[in-house]
Amino acid sequence: MTDVGLARLQFGVTTIYHFLIVPLTIGTALQLAILETIYWKNPTPKMRALLDFFGRLFLLNFALGVVTGILQEFQFGMNWSSYSRFVGDVFGAPLAVEALAAFFLESTFIAIWIFGWDWVSPRLHLWSIWLVAFGTSLSAFWILTANSFMQEPVGFMLRHGRAEMVNFFALLGNPQLWVEFPHTEIAALATGGFFVAGISAVFLRKGEHVEEFHLSFRVAILTAAVASIVVIIIGHEQAQHLIVAQPMKMAASEALYHTSSLHAPWTLIAWIGPVRQVNRFVIAIPYMLSILAYNSLSGRVLGIDALQRLYVHRYGPGWYVPPIVVTFWAFRLMILIGFLMAGLALWALWLEHKGVLLKAKTFLKVMTWAIGLPLLGNIMGWVMTEVGRQPWVVFSLMKTADGVSPTVPMADIWITLLGFGGLYGVLGYIDARLLIKYVRLGPEANEPESPHPPLFQVPNPTDS
Amino acid sequence: MHLPSVWFGLIAVLFIGYLFLEGFDYGVGILVPFLGRTDQERRALVGTIGPVWDANEVWLITAGGAIFAAFPNWYATLFSGFYLVLALLLAALIIRGVALEYRSKDDRPEWRARWDVLLVIGSAIPAFVWGAAMGNMLHGVPINAQMNYVGGFFTLLNPYAIVGGIASLLLFTLHGALFLSMKAPPELAKRADQAAFKIGGLTTVFYFGFVVLSYYFANLRVRLGVDPGPIPVLAGFCMIAIRFVLQRGLRGWAFALTGSTIVLSTISVFLALYPRLMISTLNPRWSLTIYNASSNGYSLKVMTIVALTVLPIVLAYQVWTYWIFRKRVSMDDTFHY
Repeated sequence: MTDVGLARLQFGVTTIYHFLIVPLTIGTALQLAILETIYWKNPTPKMRALLDFFGRLFLLNFALGVVTGILQEFQFGMNWSSYSRFVGDVFGAPLAVEALAAFFLESTFIAIWIFGWDWVSPRLHLWSIWLVAFGTSLSAFWILTANSFMQEPVGFMLRHGRAEMVNFFALLGNPQLWVEFPHTEIAALATGGFFVAGISAVFLRKGEHVEEFHLSFRVAILTAAVASIVVIIIGHEQAQHLIVAQPMKMAASEALYHTSSLHAPWTLIAWIGPVRQVNRFVIAIPYMLSILAYNSLSGRVLGIDALQRLYVHRYGPGWYVPPIVVTFWAFRLMILIGFLMAGLALWALWLEHKGVLLKAKTFLKVMTWAIGLPLLGNIMGWVMTEVGRQPWVVFSLMKTADGVSPTVPMADIWITLLGFGGLYGVLGYIDARLLIKYVRLGPEANEPESPHPPLFQVPNPTDS
Repeated sequence: MHLPSVWFGLIAVLFIGYLFLEGFDYGVGILVPFLGRTDQERRALVGTIGPVWDANEVWLITAGGAIFAAFPNWYATLFSGFYLVLALLLAALIIRGVALEYRSKDDRPEWRARWDVLLVIGSAIPAFVWGAAMGNMLHGVPINAQMNYVGGFFTLLNPYAIVGGIASLLLFTLHGALFLSMKAPPELAKRADQAAFKIGGLTTVFYFGFVVLSYYFANLRVRLGVDPGPIPVLAGFCMIAIRFVLQRGLRGWAFALTGSTIVLSTISVFLALYPRLMISTLNPRWSLTIYNASSNGYSLKVMTIVALTVLPIVLAYQVWTYWIFRKRVSMDDTFHY
């Protein structure tokens, strides 16, 4: 393996792991905020126990999201120092704003939320979880502002051999950002919805604490249904933007070797043959690619061959085709999962509407397994976006191969790859074990040696 | 105003905030298994930093982000150069964070004991690394004309840096002990006082050892950045005064003094460096400075506006959190950790 490949592998492993957890916590934070709002209006011990229960699960994941995020902030400099020099002027700003505006907010108010039950008023406690939910989403916004620059560089000028920021508002108005951020953010909300719904389903199936978990299920599945549908709609917008902004990524994700006919069919599945540029066993839907690309029955979509010629003409000699098999399948899996999510969520709403949800034991079991769907879907979307951008690290400006640290020896990259890979694996395993343990214990689990925390007491100024 | 200088100052402020705040977190983390005899006592000790450690760590993350935004070349050289050390530091921070969050999630004593060991290691490594890093920053490291670090892992592990690392390890431990003296339940606070007396002497020796070595090894004779004047002297004075203040039972003052030592020492280091960011031992002209490593004026202006708007708000609510959780932790509290 080359040092570029190794550095990419390391970045991919650590980032995908981080991205497995973060959408989950963004989404769960919103669920907790809604549940606490319900509790705030009508504080009952059962509702408090439910809130604490989901809080425990949330914090287990949140901790992993936080600690793996520490590495993210620094590893651009570690393995990608040439990239950092080239782009830091533009790219560093959103990262710094993310830390300043979002990380402080999250970390401070999560602490008030965890430790503050006995110390702050119920209203302030409610505020703190909403601020956490807001902070996690704000963090997503800023990091995706940075990422959008890599997909579609705007607001910069090339000076002294590097990209320098000339318009901050162009970064914020990046058209890529305004499809990428809503798509990712709302997918995260769906992820949280499926998580809470799936966990609630465990109890509904067993017939335990039905009253509380029926409530949380309804809240979660409503969020999930709305979010899943909106994600699909925005995903469609995003794909149309892709055709204009990064046509090669689209062509590769479609395994479209040659420019399509006027009425382009959409390949549902196929055996991809990137070497000989032929796909076999193709099952395609007529007209569908034209519809997806232009909302019209007719319209050509540029193929890899034409784009390769165009890119050589524009950017000089080179090979500009990203890995086709990976992007093709990541794209399809993401779409499949997106529709499965929407379907399941709507089905659940239908069962609920009919009043037969609690009897649909098999369906509830499926809902628990469905927790994994959005997690996998998120990763697939991320893989398509990042792998599909190759060979560029910043589209049209810098190739990934030119971005690595020139002086970091390969042995060092191996050490950090195996070290962080192993560490993350162990932590993921422990996290999963603890999640399962706390779900088994259910909402009445109290740590034995601590007295049960008192329910809300509004601080009384006279007895302090 | 000269914006690169402003950002040099802001980054110094972020590091000061980080080292002052996470300094006592690290100290508490290191001391937990030594001062807490029962599990309930250990939970009380961890409880003193429970509501604050995470936000304290964000000071470091923000410093990292600020370095990237304001001085991309510094970010690139520092983190690709100190590669393995940084990886070790980050791994320690990851383990430490998880140890705090997970240690009380299981009742088995061996589970908790294991996480406590990891908490000590995860706290001691960063406490050591920052002192060692300061040593290397002051001494300079081999940086070539392309701004790339060309030394190895062991270049950074020189005796001067090691003394610096031990000094910061001890200083943060002392800082943590004095924090516990203020915040831990009375019985544990007494033990923390005793621990402070025990390590205080050794800390003073290593601290001044590092200062004395700095006259020989630090890149000060060639050119001192800005004459820090009485600041380092004051830092040393604070160091000595701690013992006498603590003997009178003035625990808050003792904590303020270790805090001042940390703050004043950090200021001294940054002043000694200014306007250099990383000193090249190969050729002084290859050093990274605020001039050759900074972002362009527009970028810095935007960042300055953002920072000056957001930072006061952040400071306000962080201070407010400390106010909410100002009470001394009691053994009867409900412990989340």
